[in-house]
Amino acid sequence: MKPVNAVITEIVEETPTIRTFFFETSFDPEPGQFVMAWIRGVDEIPMALSYDNAITVQNVGPATSALFELGNGDSIGIRGPLGKGFDRKPGHILLIAGGVGAAPLAPLAEKAISEGINVTTLLGAKTKEELVFKKRFEKAGDVLIATDDGSEGKHGYVTQLINNNESYSQIYCCGPEIMMKKVLDKVPLSKSQFSLHRYIKCGIGICGACCVDGLRVCKDGPVFSGEVLKHSEFGIYRRNECGERVKV
Amino acid sequence: MLSLKLTGISLKNPIMLAAGIMGTTGGSMKRIAQAGAGALVTKSIGLEPKSGHSNPSMVEVDCGYLNAMGLPNPSYKNFQHEIDTAKEAGVPVIASIFGGCALDFSEIAGAIHADAFELNVSCPHAHGYGAEIGTDPALVEDITSMVKNTVDVPVWVKLTPNVTNIKSIGLAAQNGGADAVVAINTVRAMAIDIESGYPILGNKFGGLSGRAIKPVAVKCVYDLYEALDIPVIGVGGISDWKDAVEFIMAGAQAVEIGSAIGNNINIFKEISTGMEAFLSEKEWTLDDIYGMGHQI
Repeated sequence: MKPVNAVITEIVEETPTIRTFFFETSFDPEPGQFVMAWIRGVDEIPMALSYDNAITVQNVGPATSALFELGNGDSIGIRGPLGKGFDRKPGHILLIAGGVGAAPLAPLAEKAISEGINVTTLLGAKTKEELVFKKRFEKAGDVLIATDDGSEGKHGYVTQLINNNESYSQIYCCGPEIMMKKVLDKVPLSKSQFSLHRYIKCGIGICGACCVDGLRVCKDGPVFSGEVLKHSEFGIYRRNECGERVKV
Repeated sequence: MLSLKLTGISLKNPIMLAAGIMGTTGGSMKRIAQAGAGALVTKSIGLEPKSGHSNPSMVEVDCGYLNAMGLPNPSYKNFQHEIDTAKEAGVPVIASIFGGCALDFSEIAGAIHADAFELNVSCPHAHGYGAEIGTDPALVEDITSMVKNTVDVPVWVKLTPNVTNIKSIGLAAQNGGADAVVAINTVRAMAIDIESGYPILGNKFGGLSGRAIKPVAVKCVYDLYEALDIPVIGVGGISDWKDAVEFIMAGAQAVEIGSAIGNNINIFKEISTGMEAFLSEKEWTLDDIYGMGHQI
């Protein structure tokens, strides 16, 4: 598909560095799917859908800075929804979110409770101010919090909150790769799913730029089971724009 | 039933992975081999690491795909281990390489170990590379002969369709000692976002692949088969076994698959199975249909 014109209708400041951009178009995604967001004249970048009609973005580079310059009524080009989202399992699920990694997990929490699935969330960030979607997770069930500086919840990493993990029917995780690797090493592989981030070019499974071993993050993912990731390069290295290996 | 010798290389089937698709990492190439490809052509590799054009670098249009990746690659100095990983899958690996002059090509080819080389003198959107070289018969001949003098494995030359007469470029490759030509690379194209007036690709223009270019590619293969003594390898818009048969009838000894992998990574096995069933039913061999379109 060519990019569709997505007009910004509302911008919400979630944290000092993270904003949600709402569009007048709904993309009707499955939780965990993403879009390619084209900031015209600058770049096109992969972004998780945090609502049916919104992306939640951390300002980290030239493309996101350009996006942060835009206001209501401005527009960007969107291709999507793309990729494979979370596979929802019945029972009682655990969500583990680090920083802006909460973006694809919040709609999963909401969809899950609407389907009668119980949800517990472990939510982590650097500081209290950087916690994303705390209220949305609280509406869905229990929430345990960890912050790096101890300004809210446990003083430490969200991975330290993992407890009793065998009791959950499924564990869903998104956050910085080092954090996800720690989770991968701690939880039952067959009952866990991880949403990955990689440098994505085509977004439609052709070019191979985003591959983790032979897996295309844009098409076979971005969500993969722990079993698939366990013996892969995930958590060890990623590829840069040239295709060179870079240590995680 | 589908096995063949192509420029001296034994292939279990004539359905190969095209350059630029799933060819940057050893792991991705291995997956394509496991999916049934007869051989793998790597992403085009150059002298230095290159990040390529800014995104969007590939979009689907009504009739195919538009891309301007910009030859992103980790450089030949960081690539041998990817080829070696791909080789573990047990099918031949052909290194696609690009450069700005004959010396670049021979430096890269001399440093890489692969079963064959495919010279990319046909990328339509990289300034100073690709088609800017591949439209000049003298340069193509010069580059081909320099690489031939450097390596002792087969050398294929991938041609651009963006020329008045593709036969003259094919002949130049043949005169330079090429073991085969590969036709075609993408067709120069662009798309504009009508909401804003911006060209969609980061590079503004690029190359068209997919269904739309298949008849263009079939005609190029047909013409090259008539003009050349060396084998022609067909590529451009193949998305099922019927397309592959059509290319072979036009005069391709083997084919390469690119864009169609996006929606169907099992396409290699499906094409092999479909071709085998077709040949059995017709009581034909691969040799029987090779160039059949010229005998009628």
